[in-house]
Amino acid sequence: MDKTAEQGRERRTAVLLGAAGILFVLILVSLTLGRFAVPLTEVVRILFHKLWAIIGLDRVWPMRVTWTTFMENAVVNVRLPRIFMAVLVGCSLSAAGATFQGVFKNPMASPDILGASNGAAFGAALAILLGCSSRYITVFAFVGSIGTVALVFLIAQRAPGLKVVNLILAGIMVGSLFSAGTSYLKLVADPTNQLPAITYWLMGSLSGVRHEHVLPAAIPMALGLVPLLLLRWRLNLLSLGDSEARALGVNTDLLRAVLILCATLVTAASISVSGVIGWVGLVIPHLSRKLIGSDNRGLLPCSMLLGGVFLLLVDDVSRNLLQTEIPIGILTAVIGAPFFIYLLLRKEKTL
Amino acid sequence: MTLSVRDLTFSYKKTPVLSDVSFDAEPGELLAILGPNGVGKTTLFRCILGEQKRHAGTIEIDGVDVRTLSARETAHRVAYIPQTHAMTFRFSVQDVVLMGTSHTLSPLASPGRKQERIAEEALEKLGIGHLSDRSFDTLSGGEQQLCYVARALSQQAKILLMDEPTSSLDYGNQLRVLDVVKDLAKDGYTVLLSTHNPQHALWYADRVLALHDGSVAALGPVEETLTPALFETLYGTRAELYETPSGSVILPVSNRGETK
Repeated sequence: MDKTAEQGRERRTAVLLGAAGILFVLILVSLTLGRFAVPLTEVVRILFHKLWAIIGLDRVWPMRVTWTTFMENAVVNVRLPRIFMAVLVGCSLSAAGATFQGVFKNPMASPDILGASNGAAFGAALAILLGCSSRYITVFAFVGSIGTVALVFLIAQRAPGLKVVNLILAGIMVGSLFSAGTSYLKLVADPTNQLPAITYWLMGSLSGVRHEHVLPAAIPMALGLVPLLLLRWRLNLLSLGDSEARALGVNTDLLRAVLILCATLVTAASISVSGVIGWVGLVIPHLSRKLIGSDNRGLLPCSMLLGGVFLLLVDDVSRNLLQTEIPIGILTAVIGAPFFIYLLLRKEKTL
Repeated sequence: MTLSVRDLTFSYKKTPVLSDVSFDAEPGELLAILGPNGVGKTTLFRCILGEQKRHAGTIEIDGVDVRTLSARETAHRVAYIPQTHAMTFRFSVQDVVLMGTSHTLSPLASPGRKQERIAEEALEKLGIGHLSDRSFDTLSGGEQQLCYVARALSQQAKILLMDEPTSSLDYGNQLRVLDVVKDLAKDGYTVLLSTHNPQHALWYADRVLALHDGSVAALGPVEETLTPALFETLYGTRAELYETPSGSVILPVSNRGETK
């Protein structure tokens, strides 16, 4: 009698394992790519060597060093943190996108629907204008992003009428306010160094990510992603609409607030390190929905894994295609938009 | 479970919607709620579900005021069966039915094999187990409605509220759904069914609650209560009642009937 349930579970597991496998292989391959090619075997050796050292096995069973310190430096200190960050950001933005799509019952919702990226952009532009260091640019962007969404949330709570519609409208208003603010900051910025810095930040990039950047970003991401994963099935209920979800026993206001808070946290943490990266949060949940269905029990983890794959892939292109880096925000659109058109044109396969 | 409504009065922005509505509904009973559009049938359901708490009078389920219940506690007692409507996302039938079990799970938990079994049993009970892995939006209106009934069963609440469940169904499906609902009432569920079709009340209901201008126009056993006079009060149209070999039939009479 449980046949279909079991089949569904197995299929879900298979898709998720497949996606995780692709992500793993892509991480290894990405470590070999760069201006200075490192063979895959050496990459694996270097990683094992590091792992050995961490767990203290290197004294018991030392590994023969077959690689140069230059190779090790490129793989461990330059590529690894950047790859980690690309995966984390892709994962976070896709999870946030899938969450907002469920919360707003709208497959067109993206992580910045409540103005998160407008706020982050304003914060970052302000920090650059004030001549802050890159660490403070990140902090300003994070605070700007969270602050904007908080403002949107407060406005929507005070307004009468449907909460979901209020949130979206308030998001558009406040978002455009901050985007006007950013435009003004660009206008008054020093055109020789500040303006290009702002413009470059707005296009999004993962260049310059070092080990010390990973943990401060990963902590808020984890704080947001864990509750999202735990609540992912409840997201199904919320996507039915307030009235029906409530009748099924859901405290809709509380659940929505928690989901928005967590999704905003991971979005802000992502944008504040990477700059504005669009498309991932919109396209990846769509693709995942085609692969694994709309049930968020499968959809959310699948979006996270594929989001990591997608952003890592885009970042690989970004740092390897040309001599100079192509900003990742441009590439996600260049790859994302045609892909979205493809999904749109493709014949729907019924479940 | 017994539902007891006493002097329920509700106004929406100073416009009175319901005034002094009182009735009881007992286990094993199918109570049809009749009334014209906008008479407050849906509002009545919202008050019972605790979605609207600013009402005067009391609504009690086995002696407990619904205003004191959380959404989760209400879901434990009352299941709501909506009209079929489009869903934004393509959930499978099983996904939809599983959602009925949410109030039995801790907020951070997802349903497991136990809940999946409950959902399967609900589908089997309604004879639609074969639809389990179909996508909800590929079902016919009647199947979707049965799917919502299955969700209500997996909710394991003993009071079922059905808001015009048959309004978008063809005749065959209307009767199929109502047959199922009638069986559930016989099984001991307390069923409140709002409907536009007085004939459904005649065929299936034990008692009728007729609402007019927000108050109770009539309440009682269906044969005694649902008369042509009540029909005219409710809908402003004359009606005639016929006794046929397969039960009473009430039909509206066109006001232009004689001039044709």
